[in-house]
Amino acid sequence: MTTNDSIIAMEQIRKVYDTGKVQVEALRGIDLEISKGEFVAIVGPSGSGKSTLMNLIGCLDTPTSGVYRLTGQLVAGMKKDELATVRNRRVGFIFQNFNLLPQISAYENVEMPLLFGGVPRRERRRRVEALMERVGLADRMEHKPTELSGGQMQRVAVARALAMDPDILLADEPTGNLDTSSGGDIMELFQDLWEQGGTMLVITHDPALARRARRQVEIQDGLITRDTGSPGADSTPLR
Amino acid sequence: MARPRFLVLQLFLRSSRVQKKRAVLTIAAIAWGTLALLLLLAFGEGLGLSLGKAWAGMGTDIAVIWPGETTVPWKGLPAGRAIRPRINDIRAIKERVPGLVGVSGEIIRWGTNFTHGENTVNAPVKGVGTIWGQLRNQIPASGGRFLNPLDDAQRRRVVFLGTDLATDLFGDEDPIGGSVLIDAVPYTVIGVLIEKMMFGNYSGMDANHAIIPIRTLYAQYGSDRLSVLVLKPENRAGMKRALAGVAQVLSAKYGFDPEDERVLGTWDTVETGKIRDNFMLGIQLFLSIIGVLTLTVGGIGVANIMYAVVKERTREIGVKMALGARSHWVTGPIVLEGLTYTLLGGLTGMVVATVLVFLLGLIPTGDSMALKALGKPTLSPAIAATAAGVLGIIGLLAGYFPARRAASVDPAETLRYE
Ligand SMILES: Nc1ncnc2c1ncn2[C@@H]1O[C@H](COP(=O)(O)OP(=O)(O)OP(=O)(O)O)[C@@H](O)[C@H]1O
Ligand SMILES: [Mg+2]
Repeated sequence: MTTNDSIIAMEQIRKVYDTGKVQVEALRGIDLEISKGEFVAIVGPSGSGKSTLMNLIGCLDTPTSGVYRLTGQLVAGMKKDELATVRNRRVGFIFQNFNLLPQISAYENVEMPLLFGGVPRRERRRRVEALMERVGLADRMEHKPTELSGGQMQRVAVARALAMDPDILLADEPTGNLDTSSGGDIMELFQDLWEQGGTMLVITHDPALARRARRQVEIQDGLITRDTGSPGADSTPLR
Repeated sequence: MARPRFLVLQLFLRSSRVQKKRAVLTIAAIAWGTLALLLLLAFGEGLGLSLGKAWAGMGTDIAVIWPGETTVPWKGLPAGRAIRPRINDIRAIKERVPGLVGVSGEIIRWGTNFTHGENTVNAPVKGVGTIWGQLRNQIPASGGRFLNPLDDAQRRRVVFLGTDLATDLFGDEDPIGGSVLIDAVPYTVIGVLIEKMMFGNYSGMDANHAIIPIRTLYAQYGSDRLSVLVLKPENRAGMKRALAGVAQVLSAKYGFDPEDERVLGTWDTVETGKIRDNFMLGIQLFLSIIGVLTLTVGGIGVANIMYAVVKERTREIGVKMALGARSHWVTGPIVLEGLTYTLLGGLTGMVVATVLVFLLGLIPTGDSMALKALGKPTLSPAIAATAAGVLGIIGLLAGYFPARRAASVDPAETLRYE
């Protein structure tokens, strides 16, 4: 049931947050498959479980039950360090509030995942420079995040997410903190990345950004309520 | 993964810096603790050295025997008889008791009159064998000598004076070669004892006595009964056997139960030395505990600052985890940071302590007995190693616990957008 091109394959994924007093069932049985080269937008009301789903996909958190394969690999049962390696190599995170480390330069922020990946110094320099070029910030490498605009910070974050050449980019409200014009720049950037063969998963409230995605998945109350599926190759949604 | 250790160092260098003022305060606390530990240990060491010297002043590993009275009947003889060995018994002991460096009799006459010119002084005179000088650590000041065998054999009227007694009699005059009347009989001064610290004594301080050949004393006063016997075995372990041997020889001659402990009162300095060593060890231990506790307070300061750091950097830690940091790449820099503060403080404390100990060493003790006994604070390699070890452990612990908290950070939780 999973094709060779499958990057994400989730079956009956549930996530329950146990806060002691109350148990919040954030995801109540998600079936989702995303193939290489897809551009998926996840939409849905606040509190519906979008971020929770992204955290599970990115192995920042583990599901309460269900089966999750990332590029064919079962995630359940992985050790902490193996999960760290998965996060390092397979996924690239982009957050609404950028989450750059404030005390180091843009260059060093982008270099961070390469450090964790054990990439040699010279190769790191080459890659960081290429990435900063790509997001149009070659002249801002030595700037601290606080010396950059919101749009520039988000572009540094995109460069950082791309550093280890991940299988999928995961973006949670990437334009949520940006003005229309910077948000537009980021959307352009995503579009480019997708056209060059990247796989994108974007959580967004922004209808403009959602429209750019070829496939829209709507979540409500922890369940997928609509999936337009991938137009083109295979129009059947879900399995 | 390539070079993780190197990686931890890089991450450490790139992690955000703590508020300068807070870091300085923490380092100062550690420096203070280190200083306290080092000074306490240095004083302990100095005290130990000076006490050791003072105790050795009476002679090392010797025993002093006082003849007393019998307390049990023996072979038809009643209890309560006084046993008074004579000068010649020493030869018998030498012949029959093996394993001795030496044994000497000592006859003490209290309240003897010493006169030189206008000065008259009352002091004890002691007649002793030649070996006594070695056993009792009687080192002559330069220009003089102790008694030799010829002095004794020829019953020469020569005297070896304690430092204070020499000063009382001769003042600024050089006593060597000078003459002294001892109970109106003229003697020549052949040597003066060097100034020394002395804690143990059984017949007054050495600085205040006069020593003459035992046969000369016998010739002048007519009594050859020994006040005490002094002996030293070839090694510490031989002390018990040597004492038993002396008891055997004397018991055979004077008729008493060799097991009767009251006949021969004994001061075994090997035995008391052990107690003393334990006592010194106790003092050192006590001082170390106080020092280590002071240092621990500093360590808690470091741990506190690192806990605050972890709290402040929770998001930073979460981001790093999201980027693929393994947990020890998160904890390593924190441990390193705690260790750095501790070692910086420790180094500062060590430098200050070294300077202080050097300066304290310059203060003259003068004539103050208390200052002399306290000795000079001394920093030994052992103390430095102890301090370094304690600092290392405290530094590691101060980093380890906060780092453990950092490792337990849930990245999904910290990265939730608020
Ligand atoms: N760590 C947590 N502990 C307890 N409950 C949580 C936790 N994280 C999320 N939840 C709950 O799970 C549900 C889904 O949250 P989630 O953050 O995934 O929503 P979302 O779709 O991303 O919303 P938004 O659009 O506002 O970002 C919510 O009810 C939320 O309160
Ligand atoms: Mg969300």
